[in-house]
Amino acid sequence: MIEGARWRKWVFFYVPMALFLLFLLFPFYWMVITSVRPDGELYRPWNSINYNPFWTWKPTADHVRYLFEETLFASWLWNTTFIALASTAISLVCGVAAGYALSRLNFPFAGSLGTAIFITYLVPQTLLFIPLAEIIRNYRLGDTPWSLILTYPTFLIPFCTWIMMGYFKAVPKELEECARIDGASRWQAMLYIVIPVAIPGILSAGIFAFTLSWNEFIYALVFLSSPEQKTVPVGVTSELIRGDVFYWGPLMAGALLGSIPVAIAYSFFVEHYVAGLTGSVKG
Amino acid sequence: MGQVVLKGINKFFDGVHAVKDVNLQIRDKEFMVFVGPSGCGKTTTLRMIAGLEAISSGDISIDGNVVNELAPMDRDIAMVFQNYALYPHMTVYDNMAFGLKMRKFARSEIDKRVLEAADILGIGELLTRRPRQLSGGQRQRVALGRAIVRHPRVFLFDEPLSNLDAKLRVQMRVELKKLHLRLGTTAIYVTHDQVEAMTLGDRVVVMKDGVVQQVGEPLELYNHPSNKFVAGFIGSPAMNFAAVTVTEANGSLIAENSGLRIKLPDETAQRLRGRIGREVMLGVRPEDLTVAGGADLGHPCFDAVIEVVEQLGSEILLDMKVGESIMVASVEPTAGVSVGDKLRVAMRPSRLHVFDPQTEAAI
Repeated sequence: MIEGARWRKWVFFYVPMALFLLFLLFPFYWMVITSVRPDGELYRPWNSINYNPFWTWKPTADHVRYLFEETLFASWLWNTTFIALASTAISLVCGVAAGYALSRLNFPFAGSLGTAIFITYLVPQTLLFIPLAEIIRNYRLGDTPWSLILTYPTFLIPFCTWIMMGYFKAVPKELEECARIDGASRWQAMLYIVIPVAIPGILSAGIFAFTLSWNEFIYALVFLSSPEQKTVPVGVTSELIRGDVFYWGPLMAGALLGSIPVAIAYSFFVEHYVAGLTGSVKG
Repeated sequence: MGQVVLKGINKFFDGVHAVKDVNLQIRDKEFMVFVGPSGCGKTTTLRMIAGLEAISSGDISIDGNVVNELAPMDRDIAMVFQNYALYPHMTVYDNMAFGLKMRKFARSEIDKRVLEAADILGIGELLTRRPRQLSGGQRQRVALGRAIVRHPRVFLFDEPLSNLDAKLRVQMRVELKKLHLRLGTTAIYVTHDQVEAMTLGDRVVVMKDGVVQQVGEPLELYNHPSNKFVAGFIGSPAMNFAAVTVTEANGSLIAENSGLRIKLPDETAQRLRGRIGREVMLGVRPEDLTVAGGADLGHPCFDAVIEVVEQLGSEILLDMKVGESIMVASVEPTAGVSVGDKLRVAMRPSRLHVFDPQTEAAI
């Protein structure tokens, strides 16, 4: 900050910052507080005397217990983890290879092919799930994790390819040329030099892909039907909203537990992730 | 051994003729410098020798074997890049050892060679560091070390000093020269800096627009440039040029234009006998101009008005108006001159260059 009057700092920095944080963090706060608030408080009418929506004096773990004992939440967590990891792995392998090829191998139409791949990412899933449902049915993959592991890459691979293309372009060409003069084949140069240097980019692509598949809703809703196969987003919303009855406590507890792995993934890789986004390779 | 021969090398980039029919013989143990303005094709030529760029036509051979189709790794060369191209995720030691590891050298041999190169370059303490922890000069040394450990037949340098600051550049230039004397490996060095070319090269190739203008030892280029481009490119400050008409008076030849009228010395006059009445381009280096006085009065002289005085300490650069044109003279620091002075300036008669105004070739 530039030195200036103290009130200036408050008016232009601290107050807007506080408002922004409040705006951003309130939904999370609401989620946390709802998931530990006893049902008696949750369904109390707003005009009752002791109505207090923002705080509770009697926190409870009932909703979490309900989630694990009365629903298949544990299997949903496991399903989501497995599907997200597998589809991320597939997408990363394909995306890194394709990104490398598109940015480094000078073949005809490499540029327009890159754009075309990106355009496929722009096709909305709400359209794509219809033909995909047909394919899933024909291959008898419906209601198995594979229906998602194999369909998520349809949007994850273009996404990873695009990120990796940008990242590989930022890796100086001379590094690879030097490796090839030093005696490495193109494969070796890619394996020992280019990929290690591109790790931040690969990590960012991986985190994004993991988050996208973790939170994915439409395909999971359409391709999975039995409760024990569901993922967290679909399981929570389909099993805890019955008709027009919302089980707010378990719903919010499910949402909270469902967002923790993503939060961990983000904070764990955040340094690499930021480096990946800024794409800096200092030689 | 490390003799490199280029025969009729051409390179086309998307229809642009970047390198035009280059023929060169680089001798074993020679330090050959390619110099020219940016975009002259010098780096492209180097990259074709390295195998990083395909040749459109012609042959490149190393020690008699044509290497046109060989991959870079099979040419037994080592290259130092302008941006050093150090592997950022490896330590200095691993950077230097990488080429040897790829070639499956024994661990003891790798160790021996890396330590030896680190010793030569004085980077023994840096071996466990990573490139980002090094200064520019240290990175440059590591890049050199990585080339040295390979014991290649030919070193290729692509403007290796241009990312360093001026002082370090001079220091590294001297070290490169020493290194070449010590190792005796053939070196091909690309630069746009004519001072580097003059000081480092055993021979220098001057290129422009993809065409080799002249190949020769540094002093040969300086004293006998084969055309106006080489004359203007080599030497600093650049050579002065003046368009003059050759006339004959009393049996001797006179070169004149609106602000200049000088009697040409016999040696120059002889070459211009056939061009009486025609225009030629006269060239004279700033360091061959002196403030006339005493013995110089017998030399070709002309009048000039000083427009700018640039004090360099060891010399003074004078920007002078001569008729319509500007000339630069480099004179003794003791010359008491100031802006606006009218001077009589003398040329060293043996140092006059003349060029054909159309072809720009030396006459």
